[in-house]
Amino acid sequence: MRPLRSGLESRLEKLCFNLRRMRVFRHPVEPFACRRYGMLTRNAFIAPMATSIHIAAPPGVTLTRSADTLTLHLSGEWSMRHKGAATARTLSSLDAPPKPRRIEFESSDLGEWDTSLLTFFERVLDHCRTRGIEVDRSGLPPGVQRLLELAEAVPEKKDARAAAARESFLTRIGNATIEALRSFDEFLDFFGRVTIAFWRLLRGKARFRTSDLMIEIQDCGANALGIVTLISYLVGIILAFMGAVQLQQFGAQIYVADLVSIGVTRDMGAMMTAIIMAGRTGAAFAAALGTMKVTQEIDALATMGISPLEFLVLPRVLALVLMMPLLCLYSDFVAILGGTTIGVGMLGINFTVFVHEAAYATTMTNVLGGLFKGTVYGALIAIAGCLRGFQCGDSSSAVGDAATQSVVMSVVLIVCACGLFAVIFNILGI
Amino acid sequence: MSIELRNIRKTFGDFVALDNINLRVATGELLALLGLSGSGKTTLLRIIAGLETPDAGEVLFHGADATTRSVRDRNVGFVFQHYALFKHMTVFDNVAFGLRVKPRVERPVEAEIARRVHKLLTLVQLDFLADRYPSQLSGGQRQRVALARTLAVEPKVLLLDEPFGALDAKVRQELRRWLKRLHEEIKITSVFVTHDQEEALELANRVVVMNNGRIEQIGTPEEVYHRPATAFVHNFLGNVNLFHGRIENGKVYLGDTAVDVDRAHASASGNGKAVLALRPHLIEIITRPNGKPSFPATVISVNPAGPQVKVELVAEWGDAVQVDVGHERFDELAIAPGARVFLRPKEEKLFVYQI
Ligand SMILES: Nc1ncnc2c1ncn2[C@@H]1O[C@H](COP(=O)(O)OP(=O)(O)O)[C@@H](O)[C@H]1O
Ligand SMILES: [Mg+2]
Repeated sequence: MRPLRSGLESRLEKLCFNLRRMRVFRHPVEPFACRRYGMLTRNAFIAPMATSIHIAAPPGVTLTRSADTLTLHLSGEWSMRHKGAATARTLSSLDAPPKPRRIEFESSDLGEWDTSLLTFFERVLDHCRTRGIEVDRSGLPPGVQRLLELAEAVPEKKDARAAAARESFLTRIGNATIEALRSFDEFLDFFGRVTIAFWRLLRGKARFRTSDLMIEIQDCGANALGIVTLISYLVGIILAFMGAVQLQQFGAQIYVADLVSIGVTRDMGAMMTAIIMAGRTGAAFAAALGTMKVTQEIDALATMGISPLEFLVLPRVLALVLMMPLLCLYSDFVAILGGTTIGVGMLGINFTVFVHEAAYATTMTNVLGGLFKGTVYGALIAIAGCLRGFQCGDSSSAVGDAATQSVVMSVVLIVCACGLFAVIFNILGI
Repeated sequence: MSIELRNIRKTFGDFVALDNINLRVATGELLALLGLSGSGKTTLLRIIAGLETPDAGEVLFHGADATTRSVRDRNVGFVFQHYALFKHMTVFDNVAFGLRVKPRVERPVEAEIARRVHKLLTLVQLDFLADRYPSQLSGGQRQRVALARTLAVEPKVLLLDEPFGALDAKVRQELRRWLKRLHEEIKITSVFVTHDQEEALELANRVVVMNNGRIEQIGTPEEVYHRPATAFVHNFLGNVNLFHGRIENGKVYLGDTAVDVDRAHASASGNGKAVLALRPHLIEIITRPNGKPSFPATVISVNPAGPQVKVELVAEWGDAVQVDVGHERFDELAIAPGARVFLRPKEEKLFVYQI
């Protein structure tokens, strides 16, 4: 049971609590807080700082030693206008030999005081705590004692502390590396579990609904055609244009057709489609599963005897893996069409000649290689999206984070896989 | 099916969410886990369901070790605080879901599924809403659909995590009575989590009071209410005045007044500090001392709205005290804020906890 307090005292305490939460105790000269909350004085709550305009003795601390006890005599007016000179001096003399075992306070000469006095005490108490010096608080003004107790009873805001303690550059690099390795680890683990689920599917043991698969196929197949068309067409135009500017100098415009068809079928088609799908479908997977996680639908599935991995992940991965090659093929076609626009429109090459040259340069190996890459990218995107969705935290804001992280993870995986393919294809001589 | 938990421990990083939990749930029992938010109730329920694995300890289902058994094989039904209904399915499909996704050999034919779903929806009194979507239902209706969905797969154990936590007081009371009747009808072993002491006391066969990841007391509603084992339980189950007193030579002192304590309620022995607990209706207000132990106090405020008059006082040593008096007695006393009165604790009801 709390003892009843007078109105003024409880108001002071509430203010002090607010100040504490705003961390004014640690940053007492923050002008915003001072203006907004005024200052705490012994006698009253004086709202705007500027109204207290009488001149008084500056804050002072005199130290006297007896045996192993150090007494701090406080005097003068303690106000935030006087910066903490007294604090630094006191703290250094606490460390000066002979080291005191105990400190006491004497405050009969103390004038008006405000938060700066509390800040001072906090620093001194902190200092003593770390050095194991005993503190006798009985000499403090009763108001200060009460406020200090209150301040110690309120836990520090964790996030404020985290922001204050900035880690060193190397620490951050180290942490980021560990984080990246861990997230790759998680990906591999999840990949393995999805593989097992696929194995069960092949043996006809996995359970999901065909209607879910169809909906996903529609969503990441037909519904994605619009954006794939737009981006692929533009990529075709850009590729052709960049090539044209260079090749024109040698009168070799016709090779723009080769450039576009080889570049697109081998790499760019799959790559661009994958990036689009990562932003579109991968993020959607993460958000959908993340929401189900937050609303505990995933737990509900599990308790009903259904494996969420089979029921939710398999149809999504399957849909994307099935649709990616088709989208890639379509993207190749549209991008070559974009290249043709430049070839015919800007370079004045005959349409038939351009198409003939492009068809001549396109080889089955390149096309199939591109489609294979696209399929792998599709699997990576789907698995990354589902993984991040499953890992989603418990709040609705976590869903957004999950979606963002899934896109980042997908893009990194796509680029890594692309580099790996380049090396492998090179070794194989494809 | 009976459930037994042995020495369950669960930590999240450095944080100990559950510490050495031992608990037995008898077959057909309705057990309430009662505790403040953050005391580990949900974590315990999830461990029973297999959604979470304990760091140490065993979970036994019907005497057989089920600690490593997967969620799928535990055959539990879980009702979530926020319903967790499938949004894109109708009420009917939600309830039928668990049956439809069974492996082909176990799956009933569609006509049988329809029959069972309608039977369940009738049981939860929502058959007329079968074609609606969850978003078109009220909170109470959603929770009943969630319960029907859970019961559809015929679980051996029913776990409910604050099932009525998100509903308003009136609906909650209704559902409470309804759940009690339902449980009497189907007699399934059930554990439900709540932070509402009234709910726990009204519904459960036995109540488990939890605090900071530990069990404070297990007992029937009557036991935990009338014979609380700790000051926490006493405080948690209804309003109570807690006083700091001390024990000296078999006497309990409240301020300077010695009170006689029925030893049955004193979990204290020897000398030292103690906490004295007394519910507001077990303190009498008198205008002058009558020889029995009493202590002076000042009236701070009076609130006559409600079945009893709530009087707030402050004892001479500064503790705030709340006292409930009947309206008739209040009129007799004729007290107003500022009045000096005496408080007489009904000693036989005073609880003493040593600290
Ligand atoms: N997945 C988790 N990760 C970290 N901490 C958790 C997790 N789940 C629960 N906790 C912590 O464990 C404690 C108990 O949680 P919970 O069982 O949900 O409590 P209750 O249901 O009684 O409110 C809380 O302090 C919570 O923060
Ligand atoms: Mg909970």
